[in-house]
Amino acid sequence: MEIAFYIAGTVAVVATLMVITRHNPVHALLYLNVSLLAHAMLFYLLGASFAALLEIIIYAGAIMVLFIFVVMLLNLGKETAEQERKWLKVKVWVGPTLLAAVLFAEFLVLVLSSGQGTYSPAVVSPRQVAVSLFREYLIGVELAAMLLMAAVVGAAHIGRHKRLVLHRFLKEEVEKEEEKHEAVML
Amino acid sequence: MNEILKYTLMIVIILFTLTTIAAWLIWLERRMLAVWQDRYGPNRAGPFGLFIVVADTIKLFFKEDWIPPFAEKTVFVFAPAIVAASVLLSFVVVPFAPDILVADLDIGLLFFLAMSSLGVYSIVLGGWASNNKYSLLGALRGASQMISYEVFMGLSLMGVVMLSGSFRLMDIVMAQKDFWFVVTQPVAFVLFLTAGIAETHRLPFDIPEAESELVAGFHSEYSGMKFGMFFIGEYLGIILISAMVVTIFFGGWLGPVLPPVVWFTLKTFVFIIFFILLRASLPRPRYDQLMEYGWKIILPIALLNLLVTGAFTLLKN
Repeated sequence: MEIAFYIAGTVAVVATLMVITRHNPVHALLYLNVSLLAHAMLFYLLGASFAALLEIIIYAGAIMVLFIFVVMLLNLGKETAEQERKWLKVKVWVGPTLLAAVLFAEFLVLVLSSGQGTYSPAVVSPRQVAVSLFREYLIGVELAAMLLMAAVVGAAHIGRHKRLVLHRFLKEEVEKEEEKHEAVML
Repeated sequence: MNEILKYTLMIVIILFTLTTIAAWLIWLERRMLAVWQDRYGPNRAGPFGLFIVVADTIKLFFKEDWIPPFAEKTVFVFAPAIVAASVLLSFVVVPFAPDILVADLDIGLLFFLAMSSLGVYSIVLGGWASNNKYSLLGALRGASQMISYEVFMGLSLMGVVMLSGSFRLMDIVMAQKDFWFVVTQPVAFVLFLTAGIAETHRLPFDIPEAESELVAGFHSEYSGMKFGMFFIGEYLGIILISAMVVTIFFGGWLGPVLPPVVWFTLKTFVFIIFFILLRASLPRPRYDQLMEYGWKIILPIALLNLLVTGAFTLLKN
């Protein structure tokens, strides 16, 4: 199974590189998707099957679809690809690559000095995940819930639009109704 | 070695059976629709018109496989493969009988949800790569519909997971020895079935296709066997959702006298025919109605169902 781990890891790295270098945003997103699937595979091989499946359901299956959804709505054509190509010139790459290379060297030193790592998958059942989430990390879960609630309220607020009234007689009625609605919200 | 051979054989047999059944469903659907509309339906080729499937397949293979010049070629080609692949992968965890099962994953239910969530991509990418306004509209509708209904699908199943205490489909089936979950989780059953119809984008929820407004929706530009792939994917989806309904709510292969596989097939076919009946009888809702129905009605009910089930499980302990 160790070989499968390395294959999935390579796929993840290559796919992520492709995400950065693609000019077409949809192609980049598709590579990102492949990368996420590879990550799910890594999680699974390390024994965290629950996390692996959640990675696919939430990231690959929902969030990435929303990304693609938005990119599709933007109707990016050949001009955007051209612009991307301009931005991805060698000159632009040099600085970040050098800095990243320094970090990579450090990382290599750290990895090599820490001795031989071992591939030792430990199976974590969904039950264990649930228990640690709702006992040890309860505060984290609650905080995340609050954050999400704020997002939901914000989305609901943006999504609420005023009704278009075409007749002056109906205007007052709608206003009254809206006031009532406002009072309920408060 | 023997084990590997056994599993390979099983995979081949399951694949072959599923694709064959999916193909013959074309005949079954047209025939049943005809029955409900007081006409004959396909009845010329072979006994009962059964060979119409062969004729259809030959026709699909010999149609010109045309890729529009304005389409995004690579994505256009591999989009139809995703739907068939993701649905077929879901069958990996379906327990057809105690010993006919490819993989007994401890997270089987989640695997099914994950694979069905990946199925969205074929619609989205197919519609986008076609570079056609109707396809794009279909793709947009499909994406929002399937993402929303996935949420309810997952939520409706969690009650069952609470009661059986496992994501493993085998455990879920065994937990129904005394009572089918449709008895203890009737609300979840209705929600799951509704979400399942939306996930397979079958009538009445075939809004991404909606041929009266969008030509053929996301697959307007597809022809030949690429269109056939979408078609087969849809029928495989029907089989999958029916099989999952049976596994989760109707006791899977459990049943007296007859062998387990027969019970499973019988129950599954009841739901497949129900899917066809829906097509014969219900009109299509408007797109915004579908979304509103999902988020304003199904979601609260699914959450309430979860709450009640959770409280009940706590009290029982």
